[in-house]
Amino acid sequence: MFKTISLTAIALAFSTTTSLAATNITWWHGMAGRNGEVINEVAQKFNASQSACALTPVSKGTYEEALASGVAAFRAGEQPNILQVFDAGAATIINAKGAVIPAEDLITKAGYSFDRNAFIDGVRYFYADADGKFVGMPFNSSAPIMYINDEALKKAGVEAPKTWEEFETIAPKLKEAGFIPLVQSQLTWQFTENFFSRNNIQFATNNNGYDSVVDTKLKVTDPNLEMMFDKLKAWKDQGYFAFYGAGWNDNQKVFEEGKAALWIGSSGSFGGLQKTATMPFSATFLPYWGSIKGAGTNSFIGGAALFAMSGKSDEENKCVADFFEFLTSPEIQYFYHKSTGYVAITKAAYELAQKDGYYKEKPVAEVGIKQLLLPAGEWSKGYRLGFYPQIREIMEREYGRIFSGEATVKDALETIETEGNELLARFAKTAG
Amino acid sequence: MRGASGLEGQQTTAKRVQFSSPFLPYLFLAPQLAIIFVFFYWPSVQAIQSSFYLEDPFGFGATFVGMSNYTDVLKSTEYLGIARFTAIFTALVTFFALSIGLLLAVKADGVIRGNATYKTLLIWVYAIAPPVAGLIGMMFFNQHIGPVVELARWFGWDMKVGLDYSDTAFAMIVVSVWKQIPYNFIFFLSGLQGIPVSVREAAALDCRSEFRRFWTVILPLLAPTAFFLLIINVTYALFDTFGVIDVMVKDKAANNPITLVYKVYMDGFRGSDLGGSSAQSVILMLVVLVLTVFQFRFIERRVHYS
Repeated sequence: MFKTISLTAIALAFSTTTSLAATNITWWHGMAGRNGEVINEVAQKFNASQSACALTPVSKGTYEEALASGVAAFRAGEQPNILQVFDAGAATIINAKGAVIPAEDLITKAGYSFDRNAFIDGVRYFYADADGKFVGMPFNSSAPIMYINDEALKKAGVEAPKTWEEFETIAPKLKEAGFIPLVQSQLTWQFTENFFSRNNIQFATNNNGYDSVVDTKLKVTDPNLEMMFDKLKAWKDQGYFAFYGAGWNDNQKVFEEGKAALWIGSSGSFGGLQKTATMPFSATFLPYWGSIKGAGTNSFIGGAALFAMSGKSDEENKCVADFFEFLTSPEIQYFYHKSTGYVAITKAAYELAQKDGYYKEKPVAEVGIKQLLLPAGEWSKGYRLGFYPQIREIMEREYGRIFSGEATVKDALETIETEGNELLARFAKTAG
Repeated sequence: MRGASGLEGQQTTAKRVQFSSPFLPYLFLAPQLAIIFVFFYWPSVQAIQSSFYLEDPFGFGATFVGMSNYTDVLKSTEYLGIARFTAIFTALVTFFALSIGLLLAVKADGVIRGNATYKTLLIWVYAIAPPVAGLIGMMFFNQHIGPVVELARWFGWDMKVGLDYSDTAFAMIVVSVWKQIPYNFIFFLSGLQGIPVSVREAAALDCRSEFRRFWTVILPLLAPTAFFLLIINVTYALFDTFGVIDVMVKDKAANNPITLVYKVYMDGFRGSDLGGSSAQSVILMLVVLVLTVFQFRFIERRVHYS
């Protein structure tokens, strides 16, 4: 909270010193640490590249806080020009017709051409409307991937697993070698939403919620998901999996310190991990179940997108369009990809990185994009569910109960489905 | 109260303040009234109003839903669980913060040499802002490096703050109590120092047991202070512990205990469900109202103000 306030103060101080002739636009985001610094660098590059617009990025704390601040500011008529909204908040903002100007409309109105096919496949649908029109501009896109402690695997004499079955065979050896075989950082994103994507299983009715908000229902009592959590619980009891709560960093820390062998993180963790990891590491795809028919499809796009808020002047909107154009240019995409580990979202940027030999030097950086480019399945394109940040909170609570022994897997999943469906019904009423 | 109003009565007969215009007093009152209206009444009215509506987060439209926001909340077992925790949390925090504060005040009051040092050491914690207190507490209870966790392990307690419901509850209560002790200490100490020496000496002549003297003479005389602190501590535990809780659950409440105020924040600010969250805050307003009426009606009567 204090950090947010001080950053806001700094940002305000900066915005008053920028040239008076330029049109000022603001960008609220939810990034911190190294990724937050990179956002400032991107803004500086944009401001240096032209003189008509001056962009001020403001950190609002976490993803959830950024969305909440944006919503509150919009109600008060004080919304920023650009708001970063994370994957789970997509339905909230896309269903609020009139709160945002679709990115595609904004860009074409500013006189640029917009080519949907320039974006890599996995990115194209998540922030688009039913006709495929881009509502949000994909920005930091990530995939859940598995990081590998190379020393641990060498010591145990095993290979990184492709499937969870393979993990089960190597876990005892990793444990014997003195490592925690597996940790993860976000059960909702990595073991629920992307579990459905990677194993090609339906997550919710109405085409995972894309077709309509009316009568959309979760399908989290799916026997395969139940099996996944039964396994996780059993692995935890056997010492093959460790769980340090819902906080991302508490779980990442044991991997950074070299105590864990495998960690499910984000492709976007790469930038920070290069600085914090105390041992050599590599990465590979998020495992799937070999026993599930049709599994092994791509994961959907995670991370966040940028939304142009409505109610702004034409000059400001033009500046936002200029910035979006700047942001999707291969050079900036490549810069952002290299600095953070988030995947390049355009084909041109991916080709540039390949041509530059970046992946020969840093093969880990390519894992996320390769996983997004895996063959798609019917259910691998993600979800569009209202009040989803709250549904995630229910999941976090129930998953916590599973691992603390307060609830059985079956009961926990049933609670998530019941309470989640109540929220979806509420959302349908507010959106209707 | 009785004494104070008597004094006022004397003053009004002796010196009656007169304003040249009957509107002038209202003018002087206006800033205060404006603040109360803008920051207390207006938001309360808005909360009551939006608790009857289902509204989309961005404010494009609202549908009247009657009492359904209330029935949804009160039917939810989750909400009732949080309410139960809040009640237990408030009772424990209030009890321990008051009793430890009182114990320390009594002991510090008895110290003759170097008492300024003791007092300063006991008071300075009060200057810490709740989120900072939460941060310090979180470090003490950190899963990986927390000294309290290490200490607990010595006694065979595998403490998992952030994972285990009751361990997190324990940590929250400890940090919240620790934060509030200095405040209670200051008031109890000044209360003790306000008790006339003659009364203490008379009591000492009549009774040898220090403990009994404390229960029968000192404590009743401290009652007005204790009553005031009771109200302050209950509201502290209900509302002001938000910062401690927010820092301790680190943005992810998951299966950790939270209080009703934190639930209002989670649903309203984080979840964008304004109707449901407003209904919850109206319920909280009613709880506070009932509590205040109860305290002034039933407890205040028994308190003896000298």
